[in-house]
Amino acid sequence: MLKSATLALALLASPLLLAAENAAEPAAAEHKALDWASWHADNDIRNSASLQRGARNFANYCLGCHSLKYMRYSRMAEDLHIPEAELKANLIPTGDKPADYMLSNMPAADSAAWFGKTPPDLSLIARARGTDYLYRFLKTFYADPAAASGSNNLQLANAAMPAVLSELEGVKQAVFVNRETLVDGKPVMEKVFDHFEITTPGSMDAAHFDAFVRDTVNFLDYVGEPAQKARVDIGIWVVLFLLVFTWLAWLLKHEYWKDVH
Amino acid sequence: MSEAGSSPDEQGVDQSRRKFLTVATSATAAVGVVFAATPFVASWKPSERARAMGAPVEFDLSKLEPGQMVTLVWRKQPVYIVRRTEESVKALAANDSRLKDPASADSEQPAYAKNEMRSRRADVLVLIGTCTHLGCLPKQHFEPGDAEISADWPGGFFCPCHGSKFDLAGRVMNGSPASTNLRIPPYSFKSDSILVIGQDDVAQGVA
Amino acid sequence: MAAPEGTAKPGFWGWLNKRLPAEQFYRSQLLDYYAPKNFNVWYFFGSLALLVLVIQLLSGIWLTMFYKVGETTAFDSVEYIMREVDYGWLIRYLHSTGASAFFIVVYLHMFRALIYGSYKAPRELLWIFGMLVYLALMAEAFMGYVLPWGNMSYWGAQVIVNLFSTIPVVGPGLVEWIRGDYGIADATLNRFFALHVAAVPLALIMLIVLHLVALRQVGSGSPDGIEIKEHKGADGKPLDGIPFHPYYTVKDIFGVGVFLIAFAVVLFFMPTFNDVFLERPNFEVANPLSTPEHIAPVWYFTPFYAILRAVPNQRMGALLMLIAIMAFFFLPWLDRSPVKSVRYRGWIFKGFLTIFVVSFLGLMYLGMKPASTAYVYAARAFSVGYFAFFGLMYWFSKWDRTRPVPSRVTFHA
Repeated sequence: MLKSATLALALLASPLLLAAENAAEPAAAEHKALDWASWHADNDIRNSASLQRGARNFANYCLGCHSLKYMRYSRMAEDLHIPEAELKANLIPTGDKPADYMLSNMPAADSAAWFGKTPPDLSLIARARGTDYLYRFLKTFYADPAAASGSNNLQLANAAMPAVLSELEGVKQAVFVNRETLVDGKPVMEKVFDHFEITTPGSMDAAHFDAFVRDTVNFLDYVGEPAQKARVDIGIWVVLFLLVFTWLAWLLKHEYWKDVH
Repeated sequence: MSEAGSSPDEQGVDQSRRKFLTVATSATAAVGVVFAATPFVASWKPSERARAMGAPVEFDLSKLEPGQMVTLVWRKQPVYIVRRTEESVKALAANDSRLKDPASADSEQPAYAKNEMRSRRADVLVLIGTCTHLGCLPKQHFEPGDAEISADWPGGFFCPCHGSKFDLAGRVMNGSPASTNLRIPPYSFKSDSILVIGQDDVAQGVA
Repeated sequence: MAAPEGTAKPGFWGWLNKRLPAEQFYRSQLLDYYAPKNFNVWYFFGSLALLVLVIQLLSGIWLTMFYKVGETTAFDSVEYIMREVDYGWLIRYLHSTGASAFFIVVYLHMFRALIYGSYKAPRELLWIFGMLVYLALMAEAFMGYVLPWGNMSYWGAQVIVNLFSTIPVVGPGLVEWIRGDYGIADATLNRFFALHVAAVPLALIMLIVLHLVALRQVGSGSPDGIEIKEHKGADGKPLDGIPFHPYYTVKDIFGVGVFLIAFAVVLFFMPTFNDVFLERPNFEVANPLSTPEHIAPVWYFTPFYAILRAVPNQRMGALLMLIAIMAFFFLPWLDRSPVKSVRYRGWIFKGFLTIFVVSFLGLMYLGMKPASTAYVYAARAFSVGYFAFFGLMYWFSKWDRTRPVPSRVTFHA
């Protein structure tokens, strides 16, 4: 009885599963749209070399507009093992001292006028939005003549930020296709993002640019919580200690409770 | 079942094992408490902001005339920088008999300031402007024979709070409530005219 | 008049005991206080709650040394603690993890009371004090969350304080009085700081002391609902009891160890606990002009928040939310069953209790999610399950067919 019931269930299950799979995709589409929304940053804050490159990237391409108002140059240098000479030569703008906070020199009023809003401070952006969001944001800029800045973004629609990295990545267009989707049970045609096309090449190839973005996101992850690495390192010792203590406490308890049992 | 050659007592209780385990657990707990206390105690140390604000301070000496003094702040303390004249430096040796500690044996200064003139360079005196008695700021009275103090005043500093007197090398004079010479902070010369307070050696980094 | 206990003892201890009842306290509270010998895992959470209280007090006081209250300084000062104070990040995470740990422990502690009838006579007052501790804890946590002045701090405070406007007649005026301004503002932050740091902890400590005194007066219940004082041996000691010290001191130390391991794993390896203990919008400073994508209170309030949202009328929702919390106070009188422990209750009670737990957890989950149509219907269903437990208890506790309670304690595997 049980066997036949199981068999019946199995037989029923497969067509159900197949139906579910089929319903997810229209039969006609053989190729899938670029699934940018499931990209992951997969960064490793223990990779000092990556963090150093990210710091350099940030100083060269982001610090002009975005501050890191809670981060000191000297602290960054210490955590990322950047020698002071290197720090002063390549990372600190003239006039700033190593102990200073990493502030952008752009006046807030001007930037609000030029871009529509003041470029936000990025000290905590990785904790507020997440590294995946940042990775996708930096990788999904595309040219949009309708936008004031000349560009738009898939992760953050109508972003005020222009595509500042296009000199590296190249200028890309977003190709939208008409796809039929179901809205409240009724078929509706809507424009859906399909893929990017690079119309003007930049100075980096795709792999190189991808690494550039990953390093920068990694750096922002570090900036969000500089104590991350120390936190995990100390944690390992604390848990090991507690395991030893709890084992001893268990032996003590067990010894006394022999009286009771 | 029992530890180290012990045997259960009449009630079948292994007292020595219990004692051992109690001691072992308590000792581990005590170590744990020390570990746990560490971040709380450490958090009271000057924070990174305090350390950053306590970074060395630079001063351009070319603006300072002989006989002039300027006061800066370094690590929340007043620092006196005095451009001494040649005569006042020469006159320092004559003070020894009226000083409590002419050789600066008991006072606080870097090794390079443990000399007659208590400085790296004769013409520049760098001092912490805090009276070693109870902490007031001594006032400058560089003129010898200053009428406000006494006829035989050699020139130096006079603390208005309780009357402590210091010469032009910051050394405390007899009869003062203070007992040690004024403190000298770490300092160095980045160049002939740039003084860096808070740093012993410019190449090395912070003192 | 006999000399006070312990005076005859040598040295400092003898000197002390003439002046303070130290020996008497030690003996009566630890050596001569007998507790049931069959305490199981559900009995750890009272002592663990005390431990978390100590953690919160210590970490909280330390944070106050560096935190700067004020709408322009608070957020920056928290980042100062996280980055520039030596081990500041650790002290902060102790406090944030401790807050959530407090509620996990307290909810499990309350659940123990539900399954073993710890709220029933003669422990009604013990239960009432416990419920007052819970209320004080909720107030403390709510105000504490506003202090970092993140965007969720601001908007969470805005939403919850606005609930008071539903009170008839006095509502709107009351809200302005609580806030001290026309919206959540610097004035609100400052008073919440004073209450969170000084007033509510004092009240909490006093209530916890009363809670413990009430417990010691009556003695502890047991997993079978048996009162151990009913069966005493020739020496006058309960046959089913064991002295609190050394047996439960030693067992509780082990419990502390296990708890601290879990606590440390969260604190050091996942302090945000996947954005549940520390929420993403709170890493952005409070912005009156920008609401977070969806406002939700921290997880320990979400069951009640879900009930609030399930009701289409704001006033009724707020009232039901209040009833949901206050219903707990009435349990000792709603529950008319002669039996205390779930082990001897019938299927009706077990059914309602199970539905209650599932509803509570379901509401907790839904409260964390944005309000979609499907979720609202589910929240309504769970709300019914939640209120059924209290609303129908007066009757089902009487109809429930109970099993006979043994006279002596049992040990379950």
